[in-house]
Amino acid sequence: MKEMVNIYVMGKLYSVPAGLTIMNAMEIAGYKHIRGCGCRAGFCGACATIYRIQGDNELHFALACQTAVADNMFIATIPFFPTQKAIYDINEVKPTEQIMMQLYPEIYSCIGCNACTKACPQSLNVMQYIAQAQRGDYATCAEESFDCVACGMCSNRCPAGISHPLVALLARRLNGKYIMPKSEHLEDRANAISNGEYLDALEAIAGKPLSEITELYNHREIEKK
Amino acid sequence: MYSEKMINSMAKVAETRKSRIGADPARFTADEKSKLLAIYHPDFKEEAFSVLEVGANKGGKVPNELHDLLQGKSRMLGKEIDLEDVKYTSDVLVIGGGGSGASCALESFAAGCKVTMVTKLRIGDANTMMAEGGIQAADKENDSPAQHYLDAFGGGHFTNKPELLKMLVGDAPGALQWLNNLGVMFDKDENGVMATTAGGGTSRNRMHACADYSGAEIMRVLRDEVKNDGIEVVEFTSAIEILLDEKGNAAGAVLINMETGELMVAKAKCVVLCTGGAGRIHYQDFPTTNHYGATADGLVMAYRAGAELRDADAIQYHPTGVAFPAQMLGALVTEKVRSLGAMLVNVDGEAFMNPLECRDITSASIIRECSDKNKGIETPLGTAVWLDSPMIDMIHGEGTLLKKLPGMLRMYQKMGIDMREDPILIYPTLHYQNGGVDVNADSMSTLVNNLFVAGEAAGGVHGRNRLMGNSLLDVIVFGRNAGKCAAARAKETEMPSKLSIDHINKFDAAVKASGAEYKAVSPMLLPEYTNIKNKGTL
Ligand SMILES: Cc1cc2nc3c(=O)[nH]c(=O)nc-3n(C[C@H](O)[C@H](O)[C@H](O)COP(=O)(O)OP(=O)(O)OC[C@H]3O[C@@H](n4cnc5c(N)ncnc54)[C@H](O)[C@@H]3O)c2cc1C
Ligand code: SF4
Ligand code: SF4
Ligand code: FES
Repeated sequence: MKEMVNIYVMGKLYSVPAGLTIMNAMEIAGYKHIRGCGCRAGFCGACATIYRIQGDNELHFALACQTAVADNMFIATIPFFPTQKAIYDINEVKPTEQIMMQLYPEIYSCIGCNACTKACPQSLNVMQYIAQAQRGDYATCAEESFDCVACGMCSNRCPAGISHPLVALLARRLNGKYIMPKSEHLEDRANAISNGEYLDALEAIAGKPLSEITELYNHREIEKK
Repeated sequence: MYSEKMINSMAKVAETRKSRIGADPARFTADEKSKLLAIYHPDFKEEAFSVLEVGANKGGKVPNELHDLLQGKSRMLGKEIDLEDVKYTSDVLVIGGGGSGASCALESFAAGCKVTMVTKLRIGDANTMMAEGGIQAADKENDSPAQHYLDAFGGGHFTNKPELLKMLVGDAPGALQWLNNLGVMFDKDENGVMATTAGGGTSRNRMHACADYSGAEIMRVLRDEVKNDGIEVVEFTSAIEILLDEKGNAAGAVLINMETGELMVAKAKCVVLCTGGAGRIHYQDFPTTNHYGATADGLVMAYRAGAELRDADAIQYHPTGVAFPAQMLGALVTEKVRSLGAMLVNVDGEAFMNPLECRDITSASIIRECSDKNKGIETPLGTAVWLDSPMIDMIHGEGTLLKKLPGMLRMYQKMGIDMREDPILIYPTLHYQNGGVDVNADSMSTLVNNLFVAGEAAGGVHGRNRLMGNSLLDVIVFGRNAGKCAAARAKETEMPSKLSIDHINKFDAAVKASGAEYKAVSPMLLPEYTNIKNKGTL
């Protein structure tokens, strides 16, 4: 016999095999997901879930596809949460302190309760990355928030109505475009190709008879790691 | 958690680890490779394939599961729908909200088109979001598009369509530049030099990454940009059939609201299929790395509309899927673990192959190790080999694994395993659809005008085997290409006046006439994982 545990999906009792993820367990119980299921691997943030173990006061925040069921787990899925996205032109905005003030002014209403950090299934220091965004320290905010899957749990808990994943996304885009050093080798190569360089060599290799190209492939020199 | 046998074998792996650092196990010869594939690769298992009775590929073979969907029963049969009652009208209708769909939508919009995107789940709930390893581009001194071509052509067993492959490699640096200018955070040093690593089958270190969230970082930026442009995005809405006009050109699609079941009509001058792969069809019962909506819908719709497929029988198994613990079965262990030096090791602690062979060869070799060679490690659900992840920090210094593979490390930690200390158990998993709809250099179907196809749903770019990092590249290069070409075509096309589903009725008649039976309703839309013995109708 397989070990079984009792779970409550939206308050309703089901007995499911231990060791399954919350996502699989709901399916075994008979729920066919439409919302609340995307990548099934911890990347997309579609499967935000709140649970509580019966008798325990603490609320837990998890990704259903990454978290195993436990006995007496009360599960509520949060397949959608209304966040507010600011519209901007990435070529017009600049990584200045004012830009956050303009686009996401609510971040300055943070009361420092840290509820966002406690809610993050990715264990990010959410309150801190919001503070970095407030200060205009986008490079650090970008690094700190990099593993955000935009599940929206932090926003769900925030008394100030902040849309954290979107603030972080703006910081990362500013960082990627303006703050991180330019990649000259990439620009040079892209420009050279637009100017027609490299293309003759490409045509030449593509035009070789199969026997010749096979030979070239099988004996090509391989760069050391 | 581990069985005693696993623990003993793990000790042997630890014992031989030091001696394996710096070693470079011999690569297989061309001859050995062909033999390995023929005997051990799942693509060569004859009983797993059947021949199509109808459609443009009549007489060709495809996996059994795909056969039953391509020749499945349309969701439209027996349904009344008023094709004049049009819900969405646009110049370009983009079907699918992954990387290729978003790139396509951005370019069609930039060219001045009215764009509608429909997608099965949310925009970004897609295979693109899950790519961990990286994206290829020949942008370093010792590298060139020609060298990139050679790697991809050889990796594809010389079956790639040259005109497409030339575009892939030639446009690669420009594609990365486009992404970087949108704000994608590529790994680079303080001088802006992008970090590049090797990947299976590459002869130069040209894999660019954004930690191990490469696809996620790209996808979330593209999604943000689609929203900034104000492009109409209709989520939880799938296409179930392509609509044609009187001339047989693509002119729209029938849509279904995934939550209410409502059928709707979308009309457009051009239609772009960006519906991605097929992992959730579970060929030969393999587990998969793919997202929930990867069910080959695009191939099914295009095929019924008259398009031709190519290499639809060439499936990519990722050599390193999670084999243990069971709740993560099939999940991807990125190839970067191998590019960073982790070796494939058998039950006796021996490295049984060079870890940087191509994917299909590596999969075949692992399957051989676990079957005929009998050197696998038993797991509750099968057999597996070790991927010796602790080697990474030994080679590159402590902290490397944490820095380069944070997502991977976290996934294992949640299962109680520290992959810096202990090796992990892996086995091949269903990963990628190498083939797809046959398209020309404008990304348009070779047989159906105004039907464009980009990304994993299209065939030809990678031939019969794709190299890691060339698919993220593919979705950017060809998503953009399809977006531009569809926009150009839309400009010289009148809005279709009459929409038709005659081709669906004809296809139905042809299936019946051929004597083949319907074994499935298609497109599949979502896989079925619920398991209720006595299910009533509500
Ligand atoms: C786990 C994983 C790791 C990977 N790692 C790498 C890597 O490191 N490097 C690399 O180059 N490649 C990698 N790949 C491959 C690569 O990510 C994909 O091939 C590529 O992103 C596919 O992009 P796409 O836009 O074609 O499809 P997707 O991104 O899958 O998007 C398809 C979209 O269409 C939607 N859709 C499907 N059917 C319908 C329908 N009927 N109607 C409406 N919408 C529909 C889907 O829900 C989805 O949103 C990886 C793939 C996976 C699964
Ligand atoms: S920061 Fe917020 S949105 Fe991002 S993963 Fe954490 S809880 Fe989810
Ligand atoms: S939950 Fe909101 S108010 Fe509380 S710390 Fe986080 S951002 Fe500030
Ligand atoms: S389904 Fe994507 S994070 Fe869980």
